Amino acid sequence: MVKIEINGQVVEAQEGCMLIDVADDAQIQIPRFCYHKKLSIAANCRMCLVEVEGAWKALPACATPVTDGMKVHTKSAKAISAQKSVMEFLLINHPLDCPICDQGGECELQDVAMDYGDDVSRFTEAKRVVSDSNAGPLIKTDMTRCIHCTRCVRFGQEVAGMMELGATGRSEWMEIGTYIEKSITSEMSGNMIDLCPVGALTSKPYRYTARAWELIAHKSIAAHDSMGSHIHVHSKNNEIKRVVPRENEAINEVWLSDRDRFSYEGINSDTRLTQPLIKQNGSWNIVDWETALEFTVAGLQKTLVNSQDIGVLASASSTLEELHLLQKLARGVGIENIDFRHRQVDFTIDQTDFNVPTLAHEIVDVEKLEVVLIVGSYLRKELPILNHRIRKAFLEGAKIAVVNPIDFDFNYKTTLLNIESGMVFNLAGIAKAVLDIVGETDQTWLNSIQPTDEHIAIATTLVDAKKSSIMLGQISQMHADYSVLQKLASIIAESSSTTLNILPLAANEVGAHLVNFLPKLGKNSAQMIKDGLKAFINMNIEVEADFTDADAAVNAMNKAEFVVNLTAFDSDLQRQYADVMLPIATYAETAGTFVNATGLKQSFKMSVEPKGDAKAAWKVLRVLGNMFDIAGFDYVHSNEVLSELLDNTADKVDFSAVSSQLPTSNNDSKVQIISPYHVDAVVRRSPSLQATPDADPATMGRG
Amino acid sequence: MVEQNENCFRLNHLENSWDIETYVANGGYEVWKKVLAGELEPSEIIEEVKTSNLRGRGGAGFPTGLKWSFMNRYAPGQKYIVCNSDEGEPGTFKDRDILRYNPHALVEGMAIAAYVIGASAGYNYIRGEFWEPYQRFNNAIKQAREAGFLGENLLGSGFDFDLFTHLGAGAYICGEETALIESIEGKKGQPRFKPPFPASYGLYGKPTTINNTETLASIPMILAKGGDWFNDLGVHNAGGTKCYSMSGHVNNPGNFEVRMGTPFKDLLELSGGIWKGRQLKAVIPGGASTAILPAAKALEMNMDYDSIAKAGSFLGAGSVIIMDDQTDIVKVMQNLSHFYWDESCGQCTPCREGTGWLYRVLTRIVEGKGKLEDIQALKDVSGKIMGNVICGLGDAATIGLTSALEHFEDEFVHYIEHGCSIYDRS
Repeated sequence: MVKIEINGQVVEAQEGCMLIDVADDAQIQIPRFCYHKKLSIAANCRMCLVEVEGAWKALPACATPVTDGMKVHTKSAKAISAQKSVMEFLLINHPLDCPICDQGGECELQDVAMDYGDDVSRFTEAKRVVSDSNAGPLIKTDMTRCIHCTRCVRFGQEVAGMMELGATGRSEWMEIGTYIEKSITSEMSGNMIDLCPVGALTSKPYRYTARAWELIAHKSIAAHDSMGSHIHVHSKNNEIKRVVPRENEAINEVWLSDRDRFSYEGINSDTRLTQPLIKQNGSWNIVDWETALEFTVAGLQKTLVNSQDIGVLASASSTLEELHLLQKLARGVGIENIDFRHRQVDFTIDQTDFNVPTLAHEIVDVEKLEVVLIVGSYLRKELPILNHRIRKAFLEGAKIAVVNPIDFDFNYKTTLLNIESGMVFNLAGIAKAVLDIVGETDQTWLNSIQPTDEHIAIATTLVDAKKSSIMLGQISQMHADYSVLQKLASIIAESSSTTLNILPLAANEVGAHLVNFLPKLGKNSAQMIKDGLKAFINMNIEVEADFTDADAAVNAMNKAEFVVNLTAFDSDLQRQYADVMLPIATYAETAGTFVNATGLKQSFKMSVEPKGDAKAAWKVLRVLGNMFDIAGFDYVHSNEVLSELLDNTADKVDFSAVSSQLPTSNNDSKVQIISPYHVDAVVRRSPSLQATPDADPATMGRG
Repeated sequence: MVEQNENCFRLNHLENSWDIETYVANGGYEVWKKVLAGELEPSEIIEEVKTSNLRGRGGAGFPTGLKWSFMNRYAPGQKYIVCNSDEGEPGTFKDRDILRYNPHALVEGMAIAAYVIGASAGYNYIRGEFWEPYQRFNNAIKQAREAGFLGENLLGSGFDFDLFTHLGAGAYICGEETALIESIEGKKGQPRFKPPFPASYGLYGKPTTINNTETLASIPMILAKGGDWFNDLGVHNAGGTKCYSMSGHVNNPGNFEVRMGTPFKDLLELSGGIWKGRQLKAVIPGGASTAILPAAKALEMNMDYDSIAKAGSFLGAGSVIIMDDQTDIVKVMQNLSHFYWDESCGQCTPCREGTGWLYRVLTRIVEGKGKLEDIQALKDVSGKIMGNVICGLGDAATIGLTSALEHFEDEFVHYIEHGCSIYDRS
């Protein structure tokens, strides 16, 4: 520790820390543009120049390490003169178009100019104008406003891992751009909007829809992956205008995936269902809630003669409260056909027990891993925030190996195992190699496996590493040999002291396990749609898009006698197969709880009122519970629902008890690759996300 | 009688001076052989260079021996020696002639420097427009390799050293050592913020020593004849000889290698005096980045660091620009300000925005649209750039103008008041 003096105030700091960080910690304001705590130091804007005694010129606080006894003045005549000089230079070529600039009101240049700028410019020459390029559907460029701080460029290089923006030209003609006009395609690209201190990079979907000072910020939790990223939902007149990250070092740091940032467009979609609808004599009628619910109860009661004839299907992006009440309602009337795993095809493990998928590391600890084996996942697109931590581990020297059916483009160097061999064989090879290294012989079912040199190399790094991890993603989950993959992964994990992670994908997949939204005594999702049932209660799902076997799912619905959809959206297909459509709130319109991949329960409040007559699903389910005369449905507040399940624990499978045998053929090609912007009904309705290359599995990740 | 061509240009009068035969016949590579034979320790070499009082010839004048001593040759890992032949300072063209006429002195100097700092690879970054010098230097490398002076296990010493050239692409800023490093790495040429300095974090992040062409080409002779010999050629605080590029309004422009401390008058005489029988008006003694001096001050000074500094300017790269008594100083400044505006890398704010501002105001004045407050604006803007930038380019852009306003402000005022130059009688 060293002692320095800033403006006469003695401050203790770690030697070598940059002055700007020390000043920030001591709450001493130093203006800055290029500096950002999550990016490398550029020292190019020169706004943070301060006086350091002994230095003939002012020094940039962002790039000046503190030394013992250093005396700093941030408000001396010399410091102020340097700062005002830089401000004047920044403003001479910056357009004074604040009234029509989206950044107005939350512009760092505007704010700093209030303190350091002059009201009249001495610069009477013509200002620079830069032509704009089209950077895709998410980011609007106005490069005339650019102050060349290069935060966006450094973000691309250092965080996104793909240098999509760069500086070309020199002097006044230096421009930030894509060089060849192309879309910015990083799954984290929206963060550049936050990073841009001026209005050069703004949100295209949000553009011109509100001013910053009109917005109300609501704390919430992101709903499209299992990370549980912290967000602010910004609303105006009860409409969501945008979503921005809320800083949380333990989860998303200052970042947010594009999916969680731009999905709100789906909430404002024209296809929202805003009134209860019932189908009578083949035609749809708008009715009040009471009628709709009575119609629902009556319809279900007809089928309830045999409760095994009813299936209950929901999306794992529903809240904990919603899933709990729906299963409670179902079980209250004797229904056991309950499931949310619509993309899974291999349910063999269920015969042993239900395994709750979990990220077994704290998210921050992922950056400390030395070896990561990714199995069946395009992790970048599936869980961008987790992938970012793995990228950080990679930058610190971690080795990343991948078992996948396709050569996906990762934003770090990976060793991809031979695709032709198939995922199961590759994993079996690694497992066998690990067993050989540690001298275990009891897995006789793997005796026929001959590990390749590649397998042995990876097995060796896994055995040798102190902190290694194996992660099974979406492609594994959708694989026909999911149970074998899990078993093999568990053998590798066990024998090489590697942490096993079956990654949950949806926002509340862990929560769904926690509330037992599972067919403990009944049929699983695939069986329900295959066998066909007389009635279904569906919550937050679209059968044509959320199921691996979409045709069978649609078919099952069409054949059912009575289908109740609790849904936020209207659609022609639902009108074809359903009998009741109950309009419910989306995640932003209800209070609720998501349990993230690490098992962290995060509750959030309602950000905006539901659209039209839509109601929070937990309230709808509470009323239905009462109408069915089921005990324990007298909730007043969603917290009461939550308190009921705080002690719930989810099951873990002992994989050694799972009997497995190797498949006779390579089933990799049967796996459907899902676009990250296709995972749930809200995302599917965000036009901006749908306009990106990632919306199509064929162009995903290839920009 | 002014002694000339005692070091870098000592072979220039010979036919095919650039060939290895000529160089070897005149004592070339003898030092390198001694070094490889283990007869000269790195520490001895550094001491000898320190004794020679050789200061960096690129413009900053940093003591070369001291710079070399910053490198720990025994530290593990790759190290590099880099030569800066990106000679772009307006008025400078001495390194070009070293590359053309005495490239082997540079090859040998770089090899010795590499040995001292423990580098197994060296790069010579040559200005993009220097096609002929580039070919000459590449040929010298080829000849040196064939002779066994470059490559692996040189002359059985176990020491490896090889040399590569990198041709620039026409950016003045790449002469700044960290921009040069970025450029070799294949990135946009713009300076790095220092610290860290190249000695700890240089080319590809490895410890790197960067010297100017003339500096490195001086090394073989210094070690052949001894540091004292070199030091005694010069004056206090400036050892040896210096190559001066004489340009502008003289009868015989060109490069002249003379001893440090040679009177400016003598140098002017060597270059044939002022042309057209005119009188000297002003001199820029060290390249466009140094202050302009009126004739009276210039004629009293000697060509060495201290004497020029006393006169109010800087030796810089030894690029002497002579201006006769018909020279329009305002237009000179407009021309130079255009250069800095054009060549600013654009990275940091004061230089990117300020150089263009200076040029525009000067242009307005030259076009007869100036206002009296423009003079204060020029001074203010210069002051706002000076010291607030990452590298020396921004500072340099203001030095000439600030000194011109100091010595020739009346010419600016005349432009503003009359809409034309003091020489314009119409």
